[in-house]
This record gives sequence, structure tokens and C-alpha cells, in this order.
Amino acid sequence: MSTYFLKRILYVVPITLAVSFFCFSLVHLSPGDPMDAVVSADAPREVVAMVERAYGFDRPLPEQFALWVSRALQGDLGLSAANGRAVTAEVFAALKNTLLLALAASLIGFTLGCTFGLLAGYWQGSLLDRLVTGFAVGGVSVPHYWLGMLLVIVFSVELNWLPSSGAGPGSSNDWAFEWAYLRHLILPAVTLSVIPMGVVTRTVRAMVAEILAHEFVEALRAKGLAEKRVFLHVVKNVAPTALAVMGLQLGYLLGGSILVETVFSWPGTGLLLNNAIFQRDLPILQGTILVLALFFVLLNLIVDLAQARLDPRIQRS
Amino acid sequence: MKSDVMTRTAVQTPLTASADPMVEIRDLHVHFGTPRRQVQAVNGVDLTLARGEVLTILGESGSGKSVTLRSLMRLLPERKTRLTGSVRVDGQDVLAMSRRELSRFRGRTAAMIFQEPMLAFDPVFTVGDQIAETVCRHEGVSRREGLARALELFDRVRIPSAKRRLANYPYELSGGMSQRAMIALALSCRPKLLLADEPTTALDATVQIQILLLLRELQRELGMSVIFVTHDMGVANEISDRIAVMYAGRLVETGAVDSVIAQPRHPYTLGLMHSRASGELRGQRLSAIPGAPPDMSAPPPGCAFAPRCPHADATCTQALPGMSELGDGHRAACWRLGETAS
Repeated sequence: MSTYFLKRILYVVPITLAVSFFCFSLVHLSPGDPMDAVVSADAPREVVAMVERAYGFDRPLPEQFALWVSRALQGDLGLSAANGRAVTAEVFAALKNTLLLALAASLIGFTLGCTFGLLAGYWQGSLLDRLVTGFAVGGVSVPHYWLGMLLVIVFSVELNWLPSSGAGPGSSNDWAFEWAYLRHLILPAVTLSVIPMGVVTRTVRAMVAEILAHEFVEALRAKGLAEKRVFLHVVKNVAPTALAVMGLQLGYLLGGSILVETVFSWPGTGLLLNNAIFQRDLPILQGTILVLALFFVLLNLIVDLAQARLDPRIQRS
Repeated sequence: MKSDVMTRTAVQTPLTASADPMVEIRDLHVHFGTPRRQVQAVNGVDLTLARGEVLTILGESGSGKSVTLRSLMRLLPERKTRLTGSVRVDGQDVLAMSRRELSRFRGRTAAMIFQEPMLAFDPVFTVGDQIAETVCRHEGVSRREGLARALELFDRVRIPSAKRRLANYPYELSGGMSQRAMIALALSCRPKLLLADEPTTALDATVQIQILLLLRELQRELGMSVIFVTHDMGVANEISDRIAVMYAGRLVETGAVDSVIAQPRHPYTLGLMHSRASGELRGQRLSAIPGAPPDMSAPPPGCAFAPRCPHADATCTQALPGMSELGDGHRAACWRLGETAS
């Protein structure tokens, strides 16, 4: 049992190294000179040389990588090329907001998705099943930036119930668990929840239908269990898969909320990335992608470990 | 559907030899599917099982033997199945039971063991928990007491290091071991009737014998009634008092095991005997029954075996033969019984 857990945790090390190497290479893989973003084209040569030294661009690549990694390990991801602020602070402030949004969205999406999926799978072929499945297909297919704009038009512009942008009243970035802040969260979270809702519904529905066809379900009924109890067995069999899908979805939400964050001006990593791309702010890009990727790795680790606890067979394979 | 069960045709059940039988099936019909395409899996089966008796239902795949067995616990999917006739187990009308009565009856009055023990356990619960769960359900005891019962049962079905095995997941047990565990599960609430659906088919030959001997021993100790479904005549001979041979959803021959095996009278039973490998026939070619069973969505009007039967004549393809008494409870449904007498 513990060997599996240990192996799975050690597995993270090479992945992390590969991820950081990729992030580091971004600077040199992208077209153009990274210096272009920092100094203007007509700057004197001494100034260019000085900045080059300050950013470490004058050293050999392996050394740059080693230096970058060792700094990153100490929590220093460099300075923003656009405004000179510390990348680490920028990224983590944004990550906090994105995490909040992603968690809210997956809470909605996961709850609805599991409920819908269990109901649709259990009463497969019924009217309820067809309604729910149609809804799920719609959720997966609809472009969410379009849905976001639609919600803004209905709930902000027409009904004036909910704010259309920002993470809180004013331009405040400190979040608090209060209605004034929560109402800012509703529209982006709902918009973002539609995809995991659809994916989870479809996965859970398929799993439930598959499990109900297993012989052990007949055996459970044959020993006289109440239908509620049979349902519980089905749920426990579905849980590992549902969990894995949700973990992956949460990862996608963290990285994939760029469009939704842009539509709602939500000050998260998506907006940060969006701005960094347009300003060619490579340190911010590097830092954000690295942090998001590591988060994804961590999330997968947690999902795998949780799955192994739920389904004893996983540790064997 | 439930309404079908409620509106089934009332059948007057004639009293048979034993006054208080364990199982009494009268004119059972089981149809599956949609109005467009119906499969008539069972077409009028009459069967009686005395208390403490062991009956084997013998037949090939698709003969309706497993469906008949499942009807005794109403285990077939309700939405797709039409059950008519009468099924009484231990004096209770199974087809008239409410959902709640049915779940109290299953596992307690009648219990079932399955063909593939590995597939009949929920893979994500330990076998001990799955037995304890059943005991808790029917006797209202705690999980701890349920597990104590499970341990007792594991010893009884001779699973080595029983205590450790209780904490195993199904995939950690071998085939023979999990069938023993399945038997322990089935016996956990001391059922009066044990239904066994090809319990040895998926096992190795050596394990098969052990499981059969175990079942026979437990049956004698506990005085249970048992219905065994199999396509293996050797198994039937080994364990049962009586045999009922099924073909295309109907019983074609029934009687005491010795008399049916020594003097089979229905051409289908005869064919089964001849297609079996045994010592005396060493060196001879095995004879198979030519042809294939009929399509059960459109069964023939006459004897369903007629197209494959060497004795068939015009009568056979036109009208259904009834059961004829051949003495000592040995009965067969055939128009040409005169020709099959040896």
C-alpha cells in the first residue's frame, strides 16, 4: 500500500523538472529577442548590456536554467518586464482569485454533474435521462465566453441584479466572504461551471449505466438489499472515476479560464496571462505557467492518491 | 412492470403429492422485450419442489433454465419482463409481493449463488463487509455481529485463514475461494431455499468437485431445498434427487435422477446422454444433436424439438405434446414416447 503512494509521490520529481525546463525555454523559444520587451529599440548599447546583465541573459543557457531553478525554489520568479514588480507576488495574488473562481465553478459543476449523471444513469432511457443528457451536451458544446456575455446581458445589463466585472466592489483585490464580494463571483463561476457540469454528467451517467449492468448488482438485489443500499454500492463504484474527471477538470479550469476571466475582468491568472501575452511580459508568462503547471501536477497527485484509497484495485496495477 | 404482475391471470393451483411444497410454479410464462419483438423465454413451466429436496434443471444455453430460476426471486429487470402464472415459495406468492416484501424475502427465505463468483461480488467492498451487510439487513444486527457471523460461515465453508480472508477484496480471492465465499454469503441468513445458477461452470474441474461436495454436505446439514441449474449432466447426477430437463422454455422430461439418467425417454434427453463423453463409449465418436434450438421470438407451434428430432412426424410439428406420466413421477412431454422406450 505505502509503496504505491511513495512511488506515486516520487514520480512528481521528474515531471516537475520537465515542466520547469519547458517554462524556462519559453523565453528562448518565442520569436524575437526577450530584450525587446524590456528596453526600447533605440536605447544606448551600455543600457542594453546592463539590463542584459541584470536579467542574466549574458550567461550560458545551462547556467541560466540552474540559476532560474534555484531562484524559483526560493520563491523568486524574477521581475515583471512590463512594470518591474515581483512576479511571485503578482502570480500568487492572481492565483488566489483564479483558485477561488475555479473552486466555486467546480463545486457547482461537480454537484450538478454528479446529481444529473447519477439520476440519468439510474433511470437510463427515461424522459429525465434525455433531458439531462441534452443539457449536458449543451453545456459541453456552448462556447463559454459567449455564454458569459449572454449572462452579462441578461443579469447585469437588463435585470441589473449582478455586477458584470471585477472580483469585488471598487477595484479592491482582497477577497472576503461577504455578499458584496460573492455577487461578483456568481456570473463568472456559473459560466465556468457549465463545462465540468457537462463532462461530469456524461461520465457519471455512462459509468452508472455500465455498473448497473454488472452481475454484482443483481447479486446485491438477490441478497435482499434495499434499493437505496444498492444505489450506495453503485455510487462507491463510480466515485473513483468521477473524482479523476473532476480533478482533471479543475486543472483545466485553472488554466483554461483565460476567456472567462477576460470577459468578466476577473483579476486571476487568466487575465494576467492575457495581459502578459499582449505586453510580451516573458517573466510573468514563465512564472504563471510554471505555477499553474505545478498546481496541475499537484492536483493529479492528490486525485491519484484519493482514487487509490477509494478503489483498492488501483494499487495493484 | 408491476402492473403486469398484478394483472396476471389467476391460476388455480391443483394440490400435488406433497401438501406443503417449498416451491410451486404453475404455468409460468416469461416474456422479454418490447411489444415489437418479444422473446418468449419460458412458456408454461410447472414445477414443484418438496422441502429438503434437491432438484436440477438441466438444459442448454437459452433453454430458459436460468430465467426460471430468477423468476423464483423476481430478479429479472422489471421494466422489460412480463411474468405470468404463479410462483409460490415457502407458501408466499412471489409475483404478488410488494417491493418491500420482496427485498425481505430475497436473501432470507431464498438465496442465490451465481455462475461467476468473481463477478458477483462488488469489487470495491471487502467480502466480509458484503456478508455482514446482508446479515445486518435481515437481522438488524450491528456490523460487528455481522462480521462475526461471516467468520463463522467462512470456517463452515472451509476457507483457510478465515479471519484474514474476510478483509480481502474479491479480486484477491481465487475462483474456488470466491465461490466458497459466495456460498457463505448465500447461507448467511439461513435460507430455506438455495438457488444455484451453474455454480461450478466457471471453475476448474478439481475445484468443481470440491464445491459440489461442499454444497451437498451443507444441504444435508441444514436441510435446505436446493434448485441447481446446469448444463452438465454429471453435476446433476452428483448432487440431485430429481432432474427436470428444459428445452426451448418448456420442461420436456422430469423424474427421479436415477430413473431419468438410466432410462431417458424424451428424444432430447436421449440426445444429451449420447453427446456426453463417458467411460463406456471410449473410442467411439461422440454424437451431437443436429441443428440448433429454435428462435424464441417466434417459437414453432408444435414440439419445439421436432426439427432436430429423429423420431418426429407430422403430429409433432403441429401440436404441442403434454406431459405423460411414465410411473414413479417420471414424466415426459413427447408424442412418440412409444418409440423411445428401451
